[in-house]
Parts: sequence; C-alpha cells; structure tokens
Amino acid sequence: MIVFEKPHALTDVPFHYCPGCTHGIIHRLVAEAIDELGIEGKTIGIAPVGCSVLAYNYFACDMIEASHGRAPAVATGVKRALPENVVFTYQGDGDLASIGLCETVSTAARGENITIIFINNAIYGMTGGQMAPTSLVGQVTQTSPYGRDAQTQGYPIQICEMLATLEAPAYLERVAANSVKNVRRAKKAIKKAFQNQVEGKGFSLVEVLSTCPTNWGMTPEKALQWIDEAMIPQYPLGVFRDKEA
Amino acid sequence: MAKLTFKEELCKGCGLCVGVCPKHILELSTSHLNQKGYAPVTLVDPQECIACASCALMCPDCVITVER
Amino acid sequence: MSEKVLMKGNEAIAEAAILAGCRHYFGYPITPQTEIAAYMAKKMPKIDGTFLQAESEVAAINMVYGVASTGKPAMTSSSSPGISLKCEGISYLAGADLPAFIVNVQRGGPGLGGIQPSQSDYFLATRGPGHGDFHVLVFAPASVQEMADLTGRALHLAWKYRMPAMLLADGTMGQMMEPVELPEAHEAFGADNPWAVTGTEMAREHNIVNSLELSPEVLEQKNLARFERYAQAEAEECAWEEYRMDDAEICIVSYGITARIARNAIVTAREEGIKVGMIRPITLWPFPKKPLLAAADMVDSFLCVELNMGQMVEDVELAIRCKKPVDFCGRVGGMIPTPDEVLDHIHTLAEGRR
Repeated sequence: MIVFEKPHALTDVPFHYCPGCTHGIIHRLVAEAIDELGIEGKTIGIAPVGCSVLAYNYFACDMIEASHGRAPAVATGVKRALPENVVFTYQGDGDLASIGLCETVSTAARGENITIIFINNAIYGMTGGQMAPTSLVGQVTQTSPYGRDAQTQGYPIQICEMLATLEAPAYLERVAANSVKNVRRAKKAIKKAFQNQVEGKGFSLVEVLSTCPTNWGMTPEKALQWIDEAMIPQYPLGVFRDKEA
Repeated sequence: MAKLTFKEELCKGCGLCVGVCPKHILELSTSHLNQKGYAPVTLVDPQECIACASCALMCPDCVITVER
Repeated sequence: MSEKVLMKGNEAIAEAAILAGCRHYFGYPITPQTEIAAYMAKKMPKIDGTFLQAESEVAAINMVYGVASTGKPAMTSSSSPGISLKCEGISYLAGADLPAFIVNVQRGGPGLGGIQPSQSDYFLATRGPGHGDFHVLVFAPASVQEMADLTGRALHLAWKYRMPAMLLADGTMGQMMEPVELPEAHEAFGADNPWAVTGTEMAREHNIVNSLELSPEVLEQKNLARFERYAQAEAEECAWEEYRMDDAEICIVSYGITARIARNAIVTAREEGIKVGMIRPITLWPFPKKPLLAAADMVDSFLCVELNMGQMVEDVELAIRCKKPVDFCGRVGGMIPTPDEVLDHIHTLAEGRR
C-alpha cells in the first residue's frame, strides 16, 4: 500500500529549483491539497515572476503567467469571470511584498474569494540574491552588501500582520517549511486556504517561511536552521485571522 | 514491510531527507553520481525503515515513494 | 431601423461594449474618460456583469488579462498617463496572444500634462504600446456614432486575431454629445476558445497562458507566427474614409476631431476653388498605406492635421514613399485649431509656398 507518492496535480516535469530549495516541498503541498479536495479539474493557478516563474510547467491544472506582482489582479479577473473555479496565486516576496504590494493589499481588502500562497525567503532568488522587503535588518544581500541598514533601507514588512488589519480577509496564517512538524502544519494551512475558497469563505493567504540556500550562502540543512534562528523571531508562526474560529 | 522507491535521476543530493530520517538510514552516495552530477540518496539499511515518510515529506523533488 | 439616442461619446463606448457582448470592465478614474467607469458602475451590476474600480490602471489592465485568459471579453479605459501605466500589461496581452479592448481618451501631455484633448499618443498606440515587437489594432473615431460602431468592431476583431485592440479617442470625442444609432445587442461571448484557461475538467491537458519563452528559437518562431496574423489583419481590416478626393490636388490626412475641423476647412476651400480633399484613417493600425500611395500619384502635396507635434507625418511620408511633400498643421497642450487655421495652411499649399 502506497503511503506517500507524488500528487497527481504535479506534472512529470522535473523541478529546476536549487538543491534543498523549499519551493519543491511547497509546490507538492499545494498539489496534495488540490488532489485531496478533488479540485484539479476546476483549478486555475497563477504563476509569479521569480524563481517559481516556471510553476506553470509544474502544476497539472490550467495555469496563467502573470506580470511581476500582478497575480492578485489577474486572479481577480479570472475569479470574476469564472466564479465557480478555484483560483490561486503562488508568489514570492518580491512579487507579493514589493512590486505587487498594492495588488496584494487591495485584493485582500476587497476580500476576493481566492487563495494566495506566499513564499517568504527574505531574498530575491531568481535575479541572484538581492534584498527583499522581507530581508532582515543586518542581512547581507547583493543590494545590501554591508547588511540591511534600517536607516536607509527600512525594516522588513510583515505581510500577515499587515493584512490582519483589514476587515475582509477570512484566513491568514504563517507557517514554515523547515522541519517535518512545520511542513505538516503548512500542509494543513494550505489545504484550509483552498477549502475556504471552495466553501466561499473568502480571501485566504498562507505565508510560508522558506529557504534559499544558494543566495543565503548556506547548505540546505543550515538554511532550515536559519529559519528557526533568524526568521521565526521576526516572522512568528501562527494564525493571524480565522473568521471561522 | 516498508518499501522505499527512489527516482534517482531527480535527486539533487540536498540531504534534507538524510537530516530528518528518525532511523538514520539514509545517506548521500559516496560511490556514484546521477546523470545531473549529484550524489543521490541511498537507503543503507532497508530493514530498519518504518515508512514514516518523513524523508518523502521533506524531499523537494518528489524523489521518494513510500509503501507499507 | 433603431432609434437615435443622444449620448456622450464616453457613454456611447460603454453602451456599445455591453451591446457587443462585453461583461467585464475594470477601470480607474482619470479625466477625461471617467464617465466610462461611472456608466459601467451603474450598468454592469444590472446585467450580471463585472464592474470593478481597480486600485490602479496597472491593476486594471492585469484584471483584463485575467478575464481574457479565460477567453471572455474584457475592457479597460483610461487617458494618456494611465495608458503609459498599462503598457507593460498590454505587452503581456500581446505576448500571450490574448484579445482585449483598451480605450484611450487622450489628453495633453507629456507627464501629467493637461485635461484638454490631444492626439499625442499616436506614436504610443501605433508603435506598441509597450515593449517588444507587437501591434494592437488602433481605431480612431471621429463622431459619437463611430465611438459606438468602432467599439463593437474592435471587440470583434480583437477576438478574431487574438490581439489587443485600442480605441484611440480624444477628449472632445469623449465629452461631446451627438445622436447615436446604437448597434444590435449580442450575447456575451467567449465560451469556446480551445486555448482558454477554464479548468481542465480532467478532460484535457492543461492550458497555459504565458508570454515567457526562454528558448530563443521558440520565441523567434512565436514572434514570426504572430506577425503572420498581423499581416492578415493588415490585408483585411484597414479602414479609411475619402472625402472629395476624386480631383484633389492637396490631400489632407487627419483623424478624430481634427478630421471634422479639416472637413469644414475643405468645404470653404472648395468654395474658393481650391481642389483639396481628405483621406481620414479610421484604423491607424493597420495604416491606410494603399489609398495614400495612390493619392501620391495624383496630388501635389499632403497636409497632416493633428493635435500633437506631427506624429503621423512620418507614417504618411513612409506610405507615399516620400513622393510628395507632407506638411503639418497642429496644436498641442489641449489647444485645438480652428477651421480657419487649417484653411490658412491650405491656402499656403495652394499658392505653392511652404
């Protein structure tokens, strides 16, 4: 009896991600949620610009490639045109919290009945390791080579906390993909974020603290630890909004 | 009887599975590389596997299928 | 024979889009086209359509992209500065081979400019608008009736050729009120596009709407295939109107409000015995090269009348292969020439002076 296998909602295309990058785990969790809810046939996913730009090749459902940061606006259009379909976006920290911050907040404020999976790894991976809005103070990146300086480069943006000030969102949770226990919790959150949409409960976003071993300059193992040591103190895990609770 | 199947050509030798295996029975190969040049994971003691699937859970590349 | 209704140009666009089957509008307020959004805000909820005031013009064009990905018609409207914002989105629509309808009610520019009319986005519309090799169909209405008629045509042709279409109006067109015979109503369309993203229903391979292609060989082929469609549109969809060209010695080339002003000047000039006529492009892309080239063998000179610094002049020169001189009469900043100003230019050309 098979107790664990690749979900149907992932295609056979091998992931191009770096060794140990948690994008691969989170893609699988999203696909598992889609499989378990039986919604692959009516799901439409929207890929971002960033390392996961090729997500449209990895998910077996219909996919749209959006311009940088605009996935929530694209999702809004799709959901208004096809309200019976399940629409999700999958976005990194540049896409969602920098160039797309306005779309993120406005879509959440409108309470669009969509699901957003937010991959927060505190860096811009695809373009070679620049500072992200979620990079930590003191974090060395290509565009903060002396460490992020709060005076000139500001403080990190906490998306879940910020969106929780809005009336409309139904569900906001921050999870992490750095241990078996956390991945199991992340899976539950992601599935709930999809289930909410199926049940018409409203805007649901899951922020997943993720690794970027290559641009953090760490081994995949050490990168998992850095989430515990450095990221979780800045980005506490937990539920920030749950209209059902 | 637990059984693990590995799609070796997808393995990137990241080692995350090795780190989470509670029985410490996974290792990155020291004897061969896969097509992409990575040292793939190997199961050194199949008898000890309890099919907890922690390895498959942490694998970013869907390398591992777990059967019980 | 339907009734004529007195309508404002902006509202005629909105009503015509609905009649043509469009049920999704996304926009943002900007003078002088906000009436389109206001009209849609009232009308769309009544017909189970979508009206959404987006958070920005950028968001609005991306919402259009989302609806268009599903195969359904969607539109957005703005004025010059807002169209600049939409350029990235329009490039993505073109690169993903998606149909969409974009309205630009032009105002003085560049930058924040003014709120009075202009035609200074001619280059933007006909050379892009946006990065990369692509075209959008460009329609230039010269009456409220054409605001309505060309809206329907733009939507229909955008879907036929899987490319964005732009209605390039100016502030006067948007604000003026004239009687309109509204087009027939069509049902909402867009249900059966094999390329559309609608959910696989587990019955087919997944569709991907996308403009990214990392392989240069494949990206080149995509560009070439797209331009084959464009060539077909150029061959079949070019539209223009000729006014008193049969014996013309001077050819005025003008579109939109300036064409109407020029027409008044032509009437007076003809009464004075000057043989002047006009070729009025109705599509600016495809540009009416054929009639212009034919006219070049007949007339002595051309005169472009535009509300910009002479953007269409070079297209006329190219179309006529520089066979004859092309003069320019224009105002910018929101100023509009009088028929007398145009007549002065006609006199100068008629007297052989430049």
